[in-house]
Amino acid sequence: MKVALLGNPNTGKSSIFNALTGMRQQTGNYPGITVEVKTGFLNKKKSSDRIKIIDFPGTYSIYPRSIDEQIVYSSLTDKSNENHPDLAIIVCDSTNLDRNLFLFSQVYDLQIPVILVLNMADLAHKKGIIIDKELLLKEFPGIAIVETNARVNLGIERLKSEISNFKFQESKPNQDFKLCSISDDNCQSEQAEIRHQRIHKVTEKLVTDIQTDIYRSNKIDKIITDPVWGYLIFATILLLIFQSIFSFAAYPMDWIDDGMLKLSEGIRTWLSPGIFIDLLTEGILPGIAGVLIFIPQIALLFFFISILEESGYLARVVFIMDRIMRPLGLSGKSVVPLMSSVACAIPGVMSARVISDWKERLTTIMVAPLMSCSARIPVYTLLIALVIPKTYLFGFMNLQGLVLFALYFLGLIGALVVAYIFKLLIKAKSKSFMIMELPSYKIPRLQNIGLSVFDKVKMFVWGAGKIILAISIILWAMAKYGPGDRVENAIVKISKAENFKTLSQQEKDQKLNAIKLENSYIGIIGKTIEPVIKPLGYDWKIGIALITSFAAREVFVGSLSTIYSVHDEGDENKRLADRMKLEKRADGTLVFNLATGLSLMVFYVFAMQCMATVAVVKRETNSWRWPLIQMAYMGVLAYFGALVTYLIFK
Amino acid sequence: MRLSDIKIGKHVWVSGIEDSPLKPKLMEMGIVLNRGLNILFKAPFGDPIAVQVGSFVLSLRLEEAKLIKVKSN
Repeated sequence: MKVALLGNPNTGKSSIFNALTGMRQQTGNYPGITVEVKTGFLNKKKSSDRIKIIDFPGTYSIYPRSIDEQIVYSSLTDKSNENHPDLAIIVCDSTNLDRNLFLFSQVYDLQIPVILVLNMADLAHKKGIIIDKELLLKEFPGIAIVETNARVNLGIERLKSEISNFKFQESKPNQDFKLCSISDDNCQSEQAEIRHQRIHKVTEKLVTDIQTDIYRSNKIDKIITDPVWGYLIFATILLLIFQSIFSFAAYPMDWIDDGMLKLSEGIRTWLSPGIFIDLLTEGILPGIAGVLIFIPQIALLFFFISILEESGYLARVVFIMDRIMRPLGLSGKSVVPLMSSVACAIPGVMSARVISDWKERLTTIMVAPLMSCSARIPVYTLLIALVIPKTYLFGFMNLQGLVLFALYFLGLIGALVVAYIFKLLIKAKSKSFMIMELPSYKIPRLQNIGLSVFDKVKMFVWGAGKIILAISIILWAMAKYGPGDRVENAIVKISKAENFKTLSQQEKDQKLNAIKLENSYIGIIGKTIEPVIKPLGYDWKIGIALITSFAAREVFVGSLSTIYSVHDEGDENKRLADRMKLEKRADGTLVFNLATGLSLMVFYVFAMQCMATVAVVKRETNSWRWPLIQMAYMGVLAYFGALVTYLIFK
Repeated sequence: MRLSDIKIGKHVWVSGIEDSPLKPKLMEMGIVLNRGLNILFKAPFGDPIAVQVGSFVLSLRLEEAKLIKVKSN
């Protein structure tokens, strides 16, 4: 049996879904369009009578106002749709029945069997709201009514047994009801008019004595949306979040790093060497490590974002940011996708779905990858350690920290400027709008936050992880093999060289690795593109690192380690930086001078260098057009940004 | 009078919505004829605005508020 879970936003719908299904949930792609639906199972046992619960996005009506709401309309109105439910659970906020019954009565009129869940029943009682259930049943015969308080799991067992034992009863068709098409505004307005009159007739008698305590939250809102305090509070919260992400995530990241290294060493000690072991320890394991290493930061950021979201604060952020974002072709709702993109552009791009306007949504998606994500951090920190001295500006401002901040800032400014350019270039399909509820403040629920973090991490691991892993394997092969016997010849040549025999075994190995890479396919490509990147201050070795990090930025560091033959033991980053500091050009000057270092940093601020994001943007925009435009404009921005930087600092 | 002209703290009644693609969206959110509205607060720069509709708070851009005709008694 298929059960649809529907309801207005902020009614505790996701709490009900989590309470019903626990960990038996999965996120799947909705066929045809790009929206993901969450499904879960009511009962544990694997059998044919398993009850599947489909969690639809929160909506105020069956008629969609954003892309993720379209599945509600298509699933409910089309009987042949694979998500067409046998039963619908409509979650209502008991303190706000007038508006909540709108969606309920629409679904009821579609003649889908309905269980009406009156959630937040306790709050309604406290406010003195008494709901006459007999009257509701008289007006809407055939439905079941369950009162719940999902925050403390009250009424959930009742709801579960109602679902399992639901008896279908024929409801009387509503003569006034007409199903409108999505684009027919007049039909929808007329229907809404009739529906409101009908609901009002019921709620008039149904609900007694409403006393609103809106005035309490009104006082908080006046501070939080104040022109000075509002932005100050938001900036402080952002600062605290990013500060704690950087300090807390460092520990688990070190554990993952160490763990993978030990695992790889262990495999090498215990298994006899061979091509498969090489593939495992040099291709697959570093690939997996490259995915795992980002999980702590991503999990932490989404932990904070979902706290802000659950508490109701995020809606206020949208409220105060909207007017500022609009001249740039974005909306207040672009703030969350852009914030998420600081962890990873993939969940960032996906969270742009809540933006109802197509143009604002597309613009948000197009600029989101310009926000500096966690994969850029290893690149930034290496380059900063390399060319920025550890001094203090004015005696207290850490220059290295300042440069890091400047890189993030550059990405943000880039995103805003590009958004503005897109605003001028893209034609709007329709006028944008933002009609949004400001939910009352609530204490966040740990279970909801946990599941949301789990969801986002899964999105990253499956979205980016697969691609990062696949590309690491391809790159491994391209770095190991060269055309014909070119690699072998080079090895023979170097081993015959005079000074080679005097080296220690470790030095010999390192030298050989570097020679192998130089003559591999990747080495050849690196040398081929050297003329193109020379104006930016790069040599062919940096070219190799640029190419290998084309699919995922963080590979840059690992590639340089291999190129400069740094053994990955102990403090790799420091040793790599020390080694890179010695690297000289043909004319005897240092390769990694200030100009080249800064030029590389700017390059990585702007360049796309992330295949996973390209794939997600393709999926979200449903065409190759936008991801290709995105890659092109980011590439141009990166190249000329780096060029200008190099010329200035040379 | 339009909702976009109303000052913070005032109470008004909906007297109509201009025909537009947004009309059904506004009605779905409870903006219907004779519904009482309280203007609660506004975002910096006066846009969007927050309006109490029944027992919840609705945020509207000024452009959308302009579509809503209101009367003060």
